[in-house]
Amino acid sequence: MDILELLKQDARLTPKELAVMTGKSVEEVEKVIKQYERDKVIAGYSAVINWEKARDNIVVAFIEIKVTPERDYGFEEIAKRIYSYEQVKTCYLMSGAFDIAAVVEGSDLKEVALFVAQKLSAIQGVTATSTHFVLKKYKENDLIFEEEEKDRREAIVL
Amino acid sequence: MKKPGEFIREEVRNTPPSGIRKYFDMLSGLSDVISLGVGEPDFVTPWQIRESAIYSLEKGRTHYTSNTGLLELRQAVCNMLRKKYNLDYNPLNQIIITVGASEAIDIAIRSIAGPGDEVIIPEPCFVAYKGCVNFAGATAVPLQLKEENRFKLTVEQLKECVTKKTKALILAYPNNPTGAIMTKEELRPIADYLSTKDIVVISDEIYADLTYGTKHFSFAELENMHDKVIYVNGFSKSYSMTGWRLGYVCAHKDIVAEMLKIHQYAIMCAPSFVQYAAIDALEQCEADVERMRKQYDARRRYIYNGLIEIGIDCFLPEGAFYVFPNIKKTGLTSERFCDRLLMEHKVLAVPGTAFSSAGEGYFRATYASSLENIKEALKRMERFVNTL
Repeated sequence: MDILELLKQDARLTPKELAVMTGKSVEEVEKVIKQYERDKVIAGYSAVINWEKARDNIVVAFIEIKVTPERDYGFEEIAKRIYSYEQVKTCYLMSGAFDIAAVVEGSDLKEVALFVAQKLSAIQGVTATSTHFVLKKYKENDLIFEEEEKDRREAIVL
Repeated sequence: MKKPGEFIREEVRNTPPSGIRKYFDMLSGLSDVISLGVGEPDFVTPWQIRESAIYSLEKGRTHYTSNTGLLELRQAVCNMLRKKYNLDYNPLNQIIITVGASEAIDIAIRSIAGPGDEVIIPEPCFVAYKGCVNFAGATAVPLQLKEENRFKLTVEQLKECVTKKTKALILAYPNNPTGAIMTKEELRPIADYLSTKDIVVISDEIYADLTYGTKHFSFAELENMHDKVIYVNGFSKSYSMTGWRLGYVCAHKDIVAEMLKIHQYAIMCAPSFVQYAAIDALEQCEADVERMRKQYDARRRYIYNGLIEIGIDCFLPEGAFYVFPNIKKTGLTSERFCDRLLMEHKVLAVPGTAFSSAGEGYFRATYASSLENIKEALKRMERFVNTL
């Protein structure tokens, strides 16, 4: 596995551990990671948290947004106006029936609904929104949120 | 009158059970044990393969298949062998789908060797070979592989073991338990020598997909031996399908026709829904094989480096998913080392002696375990080694 694959799996791996697992030197690993960070290949490091377990007041919604692209900028400027809100955790340009997808978080349904109605819908160029509340997260970032299946192997077989 | 146990044939009675059976008992009273003792992937079979088995059950594909296995599966296996290893086998008469590579080994040995015959087994090795040879009534001739040769077979060693009675050589690379591999250049002299002898090679290549560095080269690819090789492989290790019990054996059609009789009468056919799932495994899951191989590779480097750092000598394995560290300098026997590692530090590894007496002074630990487990096991081993 290369450094990126290993870090994707566990961002806590130290340069030394990464060096061992890729057969590179520690210096080389540090240099490569620095470069990735500079190039924004590695955009950041964060834990994948199952907020449903940590807190009871969290609501997540998936918002489909239709927009009219702007002359000269296309979708970029509108997208920026959308993702600049702190409530928007994820934002994608999409193909298909709508243009932009945003994942929005809030502490209750009303807060999220009002945010969509008063902020997102009001952005110039946004023509329609459709809000879908997330009821349960099963898997995120390659990680399954349910209790991990335990190792069912016999301790020893021969 | 005979007691019930006395009805058992001598060959069976004289074959000891697997040397690690005692660990079952030792384990029962312990909790929080990290086991690096199993010879199977920690990954669950890829969902696509499991789903395919469910679908075939849903469709009612629950009948016997042909004795040799589903033609579609035999074709898929032969296509894969041609593509990956340059091996040319005819799906119509040169392959049998078996219940695990284990059955393939058994029917191969029973077809070739009987009373009065000798089978050369390079050791340390997978535990079943010797048992199968014993049960066939033949004589197992051990050949002790050496760490200084990186546990590779040399033609000089082989020559010393060959007699007029030698019927077969069992070749198992990538190797369990040592993790050794053999390259084309290293296999060539073995083939050149054996091509002048009436000796069959049973080549157990179950770990073929799991090499790190050099791509696996099959002994059967060597032209001058092709017709005298019984090629054994299976789905357990590459596709994480150990519990499914599915393997295959390929050879010259005249050998296959004879082996088929044993398979026919003893087994009939491998489970049908498992065979259907295996077609999907071969045709659609190559990326999964590679994903798992890469994970093993990272863990291999990690555990090897960890062992060296805590002062345990170890040969860098190039295939399979085991490390086979040398513990001679601790002054402990393999068994004593592993007993104490388990009882005092709760890490289960297998003493080298489980893989024949040639394994004395070594233990086998698998890195088919999560990185988290490997890290913790290394910490515990370090504490143990520091007390010695």
